[in-house]
Amino acid sequence: MSSVIIQVAQALLLLFLAPLASGFVSTCKARLQNRRGAGVMQPWRNLRKLFAKDVVLAGHASWIFRTAPYVVFTATVMAASVVPALLVDTPLSLTADVIALVALLALARFFLALAGMDIGTAFGGMGSSREMTFAALAEPAMLMSIFVLSLSAHSTNLTTMINHTLNTPFALHPSLAFAFVSMLMIAVAENGRIPIDNPDTHLELTMIHEAMILEYSGRHLALMEWAAMVKLMLFATLITDLFMPWGISVQADAAGIALALLLWLLKLAGLLLALAVIETGLAKLRLFEVPEYLSGAFVIAFLGLLSYYMLEVGA
Amino acid sequence: MSAALIQQLVDGLAALMLLTSFALLAQHRMLSVLNWFATQGLLLAVTAAVVAYGTDNSELYISAVMTFLLKGLLLPWLLWRVIRQLHVHREVEPLMNTSLTMLVALGVTVFSFHIIEPIERISQLMTRDSMAIATACVLLGMLMMITRRKAITQVVGFLAVENSLFFAAIGSTNGMPLVVEIGIAFDVLVAALIFGLFFFQIRDTFDSLEVDAMNAHLIHRDDDE
Repeated sequence: MSSVIIQVAQALLLLFLAPLASGFVSTCKARLQNRRGAGVMQPWRNLRKLFAKDVVLAGHASWIFRTAPYVVFTATVMAASVVPALLVDTPLSLTADVIALVALLALARFFLALAGMDIGTAFGGMGSSREMTFAALAEPAMLMSIFVLSLSAHSTNLTTMINHTLNTPFALHPSLAFAFVSMLMIAVAENGRIPIDNPDTHLELTMIHEAMILEYSGRHLALMEWAAMVKLMLFATLITDLFMPWGISVQADAAGIALALLLWLLKLAGLLLALAVIETGLAKLRLFEVPEYLSGAFVIAFLGLLSYYMLEVGA
Repeated sequence: MSAALIQQLVDGLAALMLLTSFALLAQHRMLSVLNWFATQGLLLAVTAAVVAYGTDNSELYISAVMTFLLKGLLLPWLLWRVIRQLHVHREVEPLMNTSLTMLVALGVTVFSFHIIEPIERISQLMTRDSMAIATACVLLGMLMMITRRKAITQVVGFLAVENSLFFAAIGSTNGMPLVVEIGIAFDVLVAALIFGLFFFQIRDTFDSLEVDAMNAHLIHRDDDE
């Protein structure tokens, strides 16, 4: 029973911390660039403002355009609640594995791309075509880097994988290092961050995610943006789960959960800070170099797979 | 340090060697090719030192220092000087596009793993796991020589093959006799110096460092005669 409560609490926590996390990244970026920044609460204020506003719909908008924000938001939140953040053995994480997680994200992406094309503006179609092109490269790389871990855990279930990592003694695993680097590259790309996409601007020629949601307004836009923030949170939590799960609670007792919460927040802050540093230090890639970046991530993940077989199976 | 930790270290360094070999293939700029080549040399020196510590082989320390000085510093510096004087530092022009090269490279790596696996099973050495990677690195260096047009990148590919052979020697026999190693080191040094001279000659004769230009030149001469 208590694990159900923790599951619900964890999903709500992910949902309500997501705007704060995204505000944290932009505040860190602002400080790194010698600006004051709008503060961590700014994404929340934006969401509140958008929820209060009316929706403006284009004349051609079909039901796809109107339902897409709800589908995208629900699928992303579903995916986020599958990922264990505080407790290893939550009810949902036992039912869904990593492939289902990637499929949920793909569902969200599919509807996002449909919505981008639905109105028929040039920017929406352009953004959708770019998103799908890059997704075709990013998805296999993400799965490949997760499979490196699944190989040693003999499972694609997140709970089993985390338990495996917690129970094996610490050792240097080159394959995990490769998978980690690849996963970081994919996480940056999937969340539309520099060097792939810039979440802060509406630069016509380079935007991807912003181009697709350009026609949205009011609560629809709020849901889309919130989904994007939850996705950032999801990836950060997934990375901590897969590569540094130490501290996550195995039993559902209060002390363990409190410690897990503290450590999870610390790890999250570390990852988000690293993201801010990366975003400040790098320039945006030219659009035609993005496939190369993504196939680089795929090659690194594949190297992880190979080095698992070469170096770790026999040893 | 325990034996298990040293084995893990050697494995990690082997994985990094594989990474540098792939990175060498993926680069677009001459200068980054050189940086990765220098990194490979440094990795090689560290590997030699770690294996020397693990096997208590004092001769390997000497070759580690030699590798560091020669392959980590001297050869990259020589090539860098040549590149600066020839003004070719801008682009590396591969014959195939990068993604295709990467796919071939992955295939080559799987192949060498498949070939080496039976040998690995009968070996008792601490470094046995790195043999497959060393073989893969040799083949990747050759792939680099095949897929590049400019003479300088081909030479870097050649030197990368030599690096991987040294790595294979450390991995499969825990180091060759010191005399042999010194001999090879000086061979490589002399080869690099001669290559450096050749670059200037090639450029003076053909006005280009592209290997295709040499064939074209010959054909042109045939037409004249």
